[in-house]
Amino acid sequence: MFELIGVAPSVLFGQMLLGLINGAFYAILSLGLAVIFGLLNVINFTHGAQYMMGAFAAWMLLNLAGVPYWAALVAVPVLVGLTGIAFERLLLSRIYHLDHLYSLLLTFGLALILEGVFRSQFGSGGQPYPNPLPGGQNLGFMFLPNYRAWVVVFSLAVCLATWFMIERTKLGSYLRAATERPDLVQAFGVNVPRMVTLTYGFGVGLAALAGVLAAPIYQVSPLMGSNLIIVVFAVVVIGGMGSILGAIVTGFGLGLVEGLTKVFYPEASNTVIFVIMAIVLLIKPAGLFGTPK
Amino acid sequence: MLVRMDEAADPAKTPADGTATGTAKLPAGRSAAFGWLFAAMMAFGLVAPFVAYPVFVMKVLCFALFAAAFNLLIGYVGLLSFGHAMFFGGAAYACGYAIKTLGLTPELGILAGMAFAGLLGAAVGWLAIRRQGIYFAMVTLALAQMFFFVCLQTPITGGEDGIQAIPRRPLFGLIPTTDDLTLYYIVLALFGAAFLALYRIVHSPFGQVLKAIRENEPRAISLGYRVERYKLLAFVLSAAFAGMAGAMKTVVFQLASLTDVAWQMSGEVVLMTLVGGMGTIFGPVVGAGIIVAMQNYLSGIGEWVLVAQGLVFVLAVLLFRRGIVGEIAALIDRRTRAKAERDNG
Repeated sequence: MFELIGVAPSVLFGQMLLGLINGAFYAILSLGLAVIFGLLNVINFTHGAQYMMGAFAAWMLLNLAGVPYWAALVAVPVLVGLTGIAFERLLLSRIYHLDHLYSLLLTFGLALILEGVFRSQFGSGGQPYPNPLPGGQNLGFMFLPNYRAWVVVFSLAVCLATWFMIERTKLGSYLRAATERPDLVQAFGVNVPRMVTLTYGFGVGLAALAGVLAAPIYQVSPLMGSNLIIVVFAVVVIGGMGSILGAIVTGFGLGLVEGLTKVFYPEASNTVIFVIMAIVLLIKPAGLFGTPK
Repeated sequence: MLVRMDEAADPAKTPADGTATGTAKLPAGRSAAFGWLFAAMMAFGLVAPFVAYPVFVMKVLCFALFAAAFNLLIGYVGLLSFGHAMFFGGAAYACGYAIKTLGLTPELGILAGMAFAGLLGAAVGWLAIRRQGIYFAMVTLALAQMFFFVCLQTPITGGEDGIQAIPRRPLFGLIPTTDDLTLYYIVLALFGAAFLALYRIVHSPFGQVLKAIRENEPRAISLGYRVERYKLLAFVLSAAFAGMAGAMKTVVFQLASLTDVAWQMSGEVVLMTLVGGMGTIFGPVVGAGIIVAMQNYLSGIGEWVLVAQGLVFVLAVLLFRRGIVGEIAALIDRRTRAKAERDNG
C-alpha cells in the first residue's frame, strides 16, 4: 500500500473523517452560540449543558417511550428549545439591561444546575445509544461508516440552511437589523422581544440537535457538554464572535486541523485549537471573520 | 453596569444632593472602619482554628486570597477573567515542584509560585487585554484551557496524578510546619499581609486610575493615561496574588493537581466574589468562606453540591448582585444618608 507523507492513507483519511465529525459538532454548536450572541449579546454558557440535554432527551425518548432516532431528530430540538424559551422568558430577559457579564454568569449558573441534576441522576458514566445507520462503505482507500457520513452531510446542510435563512431571507434581514438597532426595528412594527425569545430557542434547539447527532457516536454522559463547550468557545473566538459564516467555516476547519494534528503530532491534538486561537488573536484580535469593535 | 459597591457606598462621590457637607469626612472614616474590620477579621482568624478544623480554615484563607486577587480585576478594573484557575493552579504546580523536586523551603516555594503566576499573567494579559467585556472573558477562558492541557501532558506536572506528597519543609529552614496549628498561623500571617497589600493597591493613585478606567475608559485615555499599561499591571498583580493563594494551598494540602487548573475552579472564584460582593474589599473573603463551607458541609449530598452552587449563582445574579457585603454596605449607606438628611434639617 502506498504512503502519503509517511502515513498510511487509511490512517490519514480516518483521522480526517474523525476531525470532520468533531468539526461538524463544533460548527453546529458555535453556530448556535453565534446566533444567540448576535441578537441577544449573551454568551450562552448553558450551551454545553443544552447539547448534553439533547443527547439525554434522545436517549430517554428511545428507552422510555420507544421513540426512534429519526423522530428524535425532530422532536428533541423542539423540546429542548422550549426549555430554552422558558429560561429566556423567566430569567434571562430580566437582566438584559445590566452589564453583559451578568448574563454570562446567569447562564453559567444554569449550566452548573443542569450538569449537577443529570450527574446525580445518571452518574458520571455514559449510556450507550444504538447506531441508527450501521454498516459502511469501502471507498478503497478507507472505510466510511454510514452514520458518520450522515452526520457530516446533515450538519453541513443544517449550517448552510441556517446561514441562508439569516443572510438571505426577509426574516434574516429583520434579525440582522434588530442586532444593529432594536429600537428602530421595533418602531417598524416588528415584535423584537418575541424575536429575541425565538432566537434564543432556535440557538438552544441547534445545541440539542447536535446532542442527538452525537448520541450514537459518543456515550450519552452528563459530562459531554462541559468537556466540549470550552473548545467551542475557542472556535467562536477564532471565527469572530457573532459571525455566522465564521462559526461554520472555523468549526469544520478546526475539526480537520485537530484530526490532522492527531496523525502527525498526537501530543498537541488537544491544545492545537488553543494555540491557533492565541496566534489568531495576535494577528486579528476580532477573529478571522469578526468585525473589529 | 456592574455594581460598583465602593463607589455606591461612598456618598461623597455621588452627585451633590445636599448631603455632601455631612459626609465630607467620610474617606477618613472609611479607612478607620477598614482598620477595625481588618482587626476584627484577623482576631476572628486567630481563634478560628480552635472552633473549626484548622485545615478547613486554611482552605478558606487560601480561597479568600484567591477571590480577593480576582476581585482586583473584576471589582476595580471591570475585567471578568474566566481563566484565573491557570494562575492559581500554575503557581500550585510551580510551588510543588520547587519544594518537592528542587528542595526549597516553603517561603521560597510560595515566591516561586507567585513569580511563575506573575510571568504567566504578563503573557496572558498581554494577549487578553486587547479585548474587552465578554471577549476578554472568552479569551482568558480559552487560554486557561490551553494551559490546562499543557499541565495534563507535560511530565513535570504528573499528569492525572498531579504532584503528590509535597513535604512540609521548615519555614526559613528554622520553623517546623508539620504541625497544622503552626502552619495555620503562618498562613494567616501571609493572608493578612497579602490582604493589606491588595487594600493598599486599590487605594493608591494607581488604584484610582484603575477605577477611572473602569468607569470610563475613553475618558481615561483622553486624560493621557496609558490605559493598556495600567490594565496589564493590574492583571499581573492579580495573577501574582492568585498564584500566592495557589502556592499556599499547595503547602497546606501537600498536593498540586489538575483540579487547581480546571475551568471549574475559575468558575468557583467568580462565584465566591459575586456572592461576597464584587468591588468590596471584604466581600471575596466572606464569599470564599461561604462557598468553601458549602462544599465542605454539603459534601454528603454528592452531585447536588453542583446544583446548590448553580442556584447560588442564579440567585446572586437575579436578586443580590451587590453580594452580601455589598448589600450590607448599601444598607448602612442608606441609613447614614437618611440620618444626614435628618440632621441637616
